[in-house]
Amino acid sequence: MSASQWTAEFRQQLALGGISVEPIAVAAGFSERAELWQIDSQQWQAFAELAMQQHLRWSAGWAEQFGEQFFVNALFEKQGDFILLRSLVNPLKPELPSQATVYPAANRSERHTQDMFGIKFIGHPDHRPWTRHKAWDKHEYPLRKDFPASGNPQGVTPPDLDYQFIKSHGAGTYEIPVGPVHAGIIEPGHFRFQAVGELILNLEERLGYVHKGIEKIAEGRTPESLARLAGRVSGDTTVGHAWAACMAMEQAAGIAVPPRAALIRGILAERERVANHLGDIGAICNDVAFVFGQMQFTRLRENWLRTNALVFGHRLLMDCVVPGGVKADLSEASGHLIKQDIVQLRKELTDVITALDLNTSLEDRLYTAGFLADEIAAGYGTVGYVGRASGQNFDVRRDAAYSPYDRVTMRVALENQGDIASRFWVRHKEIKAALRLIEQFIDLLAPGDLIADWQMPAPGSEGLGIVEGWRGETVAYLRFEADNKISRYYPRDPSILNWPALEKLVLNNIVPDFPVCNKSVNGSYSGNDL
Amino acid sequence: MLRIFNKIFATGIVTESVKPPKDDELEQLGIAIKRHIDSKFAGSIAIREVDAGSCNGCELEIHALNNPYYDIERFGIHFVASPRHADVLLVTGPVSRHMQTALLRTYEATPNPKWVIAVGDCAACGGEFGVSYASCGAVSNVIPVDAVIAGCPPTPLALMKGLLGLIGH
Ligand code: SF4
Repeated sequence: MSASQWTAEFRQQLALGGISVEPIAVAAGFSERAELWQIDSQQWQAFAELAMQQHLRWSAGWAEQFGEQFFVNALFEKQGDFILLRSLVNPLKPELPSQATVYPAANRSERHTQDMFGIKFIGHPDHRPWTRHKAWDKHEYPLRKDFPASGNPQGVTPPDLDYQFIKSHGAGTYEIPVGPVHAGIIEPGHFRFQAVGELILNLEERLGYVHKGIEKIAEGRTPESLARLAGRVSGDTTVGHAWAACMAMEQAAGIAVPPRAALIRGILAERERVANHLGDIGAICNDVAFVFGQMQFTRLRENWLRTNALVFGHRLLMDCVVPGGVKADLSEASGHLIKQDIVQLRKELTDVITALDLNTSLEDRLYTAGFLADEIAAGYGTVGYVGRASGQNFDVRRDAAYSPYDRVTMRVALENQGDIASRFWVRHKEIKAALRLIEQFIDLLAPGDLIADWQMPAPGSEGLGIVEGWRGETVAYLRFEADNKISRYYPRDPSILNWPALEKLVLNNIVPDFPVCNKSVNGSYSGNDL
Repeated sequence: MLRIFNKIFATGIVTESVKPPKDDELEQLGIAIKRHIDSKFAGSIAIREVDAGSCNGCELEIHALNNPYYDIERFGIHFVASPRHADVLLVTGPVSRHMQTALLRTYEATPNPKWVIAVGDCAACGGEFGVSYASCGAVSNVIPVDAVIAGCPPTPLALMKGLLGLIGH
């Protein structure tokens, strides 16, 4: 079934159910992969119910103040086509029925919108704040336009002691609070375990500790400055977030990225994927005390990052993706160097992976542990390698291909056991696929521009960037105001969808296996907290 | 098992020698070195790393210090799990307001004499995030800072030289 077919049919079904949506024309690039539909706020939840029946996936949710009004947005996907649903809420009584009752994936996102805008989601199953701790008052809403970016902070922000964690009852159960400062070199967050003996009965995540006000401080930025900020939403995904943000800005401005620049972006993104997967595989080995694997993979990662520094001038590739194109070119010599590197990495991977595969101490810890059932992964809209290790066959690069991925055919790595081993092997397959992609992109390089001339976007123009970052589907929404300035930026890191899956996959595992379960998911705290 | 040993022997030792930085290099690294630190820590330091609001970029490079190329433990520098075991706090990020109390408590839990190193541009001056309703900006806005290692993020080599400079190797 082609794209327009299912969306047209879906609209008919909605109409039969008494739900009317009104398609709105938006910037040309925007509508290529997404349709924008407006709906009455009263029907917000009813839409979600029908969308669920038709197997649409809930992907992202955010709000925006536009003049005196509020827009609430939710992004849905099916077969690689996106519907951006929008509703206007009454600024005097900003509320609408919750979609979290239908889609659990919308739960924390709606709480974030409630904290940041003061928009109430009626019937929401969880009334606790999410992003707000104590840095601002309950009745202040940082993303409203009349809230100053500086806020009204106290001398010292007190800890959030009011948060109502779930309590355990019954003989022999006890609680373990962990964090926000953890034992390792890792981002801060709080985990509350309820356990009996060593068995985890329940895990509750409390995040928001690294909330830095990214959405607010994006306001008023120029395109270049926004790209820099986007590259720091989550330091390990600097290419992914910068690319999504630049894609959105380019749509709003109506400019096309030159083919050479798109290929170099593809090379950068795949290099980021390989670097992170090498690091994660090493870290998974470390968490089960298999030092050989950790040392080998951190060594391979270091080699890879050194080539990044040599070729692109930055080990983590920060600020390489810029609005309209890329900052640095790839010389023929560099292309050659990268290819040689790849040959070497393939050989070493074969050596090391063969050694790991036959190792029982790894097998004992990784197989069957941290099991995430396909239905739960689907229910939470889990994306990226976590989703693909539990049978979720979706990858933006293939299913909603963007340049340069539309020029190659790629196989999406899949596993279906849903355990830590599956997430380990999906990463391994993705490294191999990424290496092939890099080679293909280098072969496709033809002389050409690295950057398109920037056109100042009309005030009010908006863009939606969707890319497959190394963690999975990465979304950026933004709108321009006058003078080339950003009025709204919302980045949706894949971690926002994957964190809830961790709460489920640790159940019935033992507390000492939590670190390796967590590492197998490796959610971003910074990308979640914004 | 044989495959593992084969790979270990084939890999050999990749650890690289790092020359201790000269004075002018230290200045370049932005480190205000205090001469008496040598006697205080006697050539070995225990570090507690605290992410106080970073984007995680700095953490990735701090992690790299433990890879076989840098192998920082050979200099007697090691990362510990508790601030109570630490001589030095390595703090990254602009300090988010939600982490302010946690950072203050970590600082208080670290025994004297203690040193604080602000790692990365965010920790040094607020970086891309600055001061806002959600961010206190530089680490020195929250706790006293003894040294700064700049960069976004600083490379492992810059981190290594900064730390070696601090213990006066
Ligand atoms: S200095 Fe750079 S890498 Fe480090 S936390 Fe700040 S933005 Fe991230």
